[in-house]
Amino acid sequence: MNAFSIGQFVRRPEFGAVLSFVAVIAFYVAFGGVSLGALFGAASWVNFAANLGIVALPVGLLMIAGELDISIGAMIPAGSMSIAILSGYYDLPIVIGMLGALAFGVLVGLANGFLAVRTSVPSLIITLGTLVAVQGLVLAGSVILTAAASVPLDAPAWAKTVFGQLILGKFQVIILWWLALTVIFGFVVHATRYGNWIFAMGGDEVSARNAGIPTKRLKIALFVLSSTAASFVGMCGAILFNSAQVSGGMNYIFNTIVSIVVGGVLLTGGFGSVAGIFLGALTFAVVNQGIYFTDIDRNWSNLIIGVMLMAAVLMNNTFRRMALSFVPKKKK
Amino acid sequence: MSDKTPILELQNVDKSFGPIDVLHNISLKVRAGEVLCLLGDNGAGKSTLIKTLAGVHKPTRGTILMDGQPVEFSGPRDAQEKGISTVHQFGGTFPLMSIGRSFFVGVEPTKGWGPFKVYDRKTANEIAVKAVQDFGITRIDDGDRLVGGLSGGERQSLAIARAVHFGARVLILDEPTAALGVKQAAHVLRIVNEAKRRGLAVVFITHQVMHAMAVGDHFAVLIRGAIAADFRRGEKTREEITDLMAGGETMADLEAQIETYMASHEGHPPPPAQ
Repeated sequence: MNAFSIGQFVRRPEFGAVLSFVAVIAFYVAFGGVSLGALFGAASWVNFAANLGIVALPVGLLMIAGELDISIGAMIPAGSMSIAILSGYYDLPIVIGMLGALAFGVLVGLANGFLAVRTSVPSLIITLGTLVAVQGLVLAGSVILTAAASVPLDAPAWAKTVFGQLILGKFQVIILWWLALTVIFGFVVHATRYGNWIFAMGGDEVSARNAGIPTKRLKIALFVLSSTAASFVGMCGAILFNSAQVSGGMNYIFNTIVSIVVGGVLLTGGFGSVAGIFLGALTFAVVNQGIYFTDIDRNWSNLIIGVMLMAAVLMNNTFRRMALSFVPKKKK
Repeated sequence: MSDKTPILELQNVDKSFGPIDVLHNISLKVRAGEVLCLLGDNGAGKSTLIKTLAGVHKPTRGTILMDGQPVEFSGPRDAQEKGISTVHQFGGTFPLMSIGRSFFVGVEPTKGWGPFKVYDRKTANEIAVKAVQDFGITRIDDGDRLVGGLSGGERQSLAIARAVHFGARVLILDEPTAALGVKQAAHVLRIVNEAKRRGLAVVFITHQVMHAMAVGDHFAVLIRGAIAADFRRGEKTREEITDLMAGGETMADLEAQIETYMASHEGHPPPPAQ
């Protein structure tokens, strides 16, 4: 069972993501005249993938659990504004600013989670509500407190080293965070019992609850994780760029959903993998940023993303069917 | 099997939702190693009765006894801990999870220590496959297969094996054969017999009289929330039971009509009504 087998691999959720990743690069090389050396040496798409990937991981877990969180779109600017207002405008120690940003993420996550558990409103609608509400809160709050929609932040050297420096002058340090988080998430989801609970909850919530899984607590924890992760990405951005704006972040909503689905997660829950989410973010970043390395006009990139999404979803459906009917060799 | 005290007993249980009475004066007993078949047409109150047994609903009046002692379930979890397991038509299994993972949802075996407690896939798969095979489903031999790839009968069997493995004493089967083909249903009925042989008390809910007759020791027919008949194996024929469920003589009359027609028309059934 440990030996590598094609059958085993094809039925893994991330198989489609591997194919998409290879296909997109092949497409760029064949039709865009990309040199692989330039593409893999470039930082822009890796930086893009890391920022996207950190948000996509917990949102992907939520999707596996059968829920959705789009309030992340507002949590990214909320995270950067929190730290910039606290540590930039009010000159509090940077640690206070960081804690403030993360605490704001936890609070919004708790609100999302409690609403999702207590009401029967779909989480898409709940988080749409918090998305708009947080946007309003951040804009109004920053105008009242600082009389501006953009706040500078001067982070001390250690904070820049850990959260917002450029390695070799171009790679954001957040890439390391992304890799570390992917390993941690991968371990928890695929190797511990908590991961099993998430899959069970997404597969059939009533049966999962009957089997004794604390579905409510688990769901709230996942919502907290996703909005805190978004807030973290915003915080790192503010430290890196020395300033924060109230706008931005909305692109992340669709970008994360696309990369998660391309990564092989079933939109209705119960199926997916951390490796798939990781590869999905990577693939999305290649399409989105890699186009600058090609002769193809930048304006085509959304068309490619759309086609890729469709192809990935169709492919994933096929693979899932294969997974269901797969019986490993051995005699019957 | 030796002791005559029923594992689970209902005494004069009523259940109403607000002004609507759903169950009237239900008294039932299930003993170890016995299959009680609950028969009833749609809307007869079967599901309310199951939910009362499984701790989802509390009876409005009357008592539930376990091993002769009155009990009150605070919820389905509580009933489960006391040994009452419900298996629904499709419930309890997760189509996109592996057999091993699905079997151990909520009680995953782990190895290692501290934060590195790892889900023990090998043990889980071995135990799950063995538990199912002990019930005679030998076609399941790989715990890594996804549950959704199993047939309906195999999924039912997996769910029943799971309940038994985790110490169920009373097994409530909610229409386990309703959506299954003839062969698959036979499969499940064999599993029910095996559970009975192991000394479980089984409450088997169905509206298929044939299936009930195949495994039942004791029958109760539910009509409009009340027990219309309560009899033991062999006391009534299939026709009588069907009539009871339909609430009258209509079915027998209809069958008699068809039979007379066929007798006088060289075995041809009557043409469909115009």
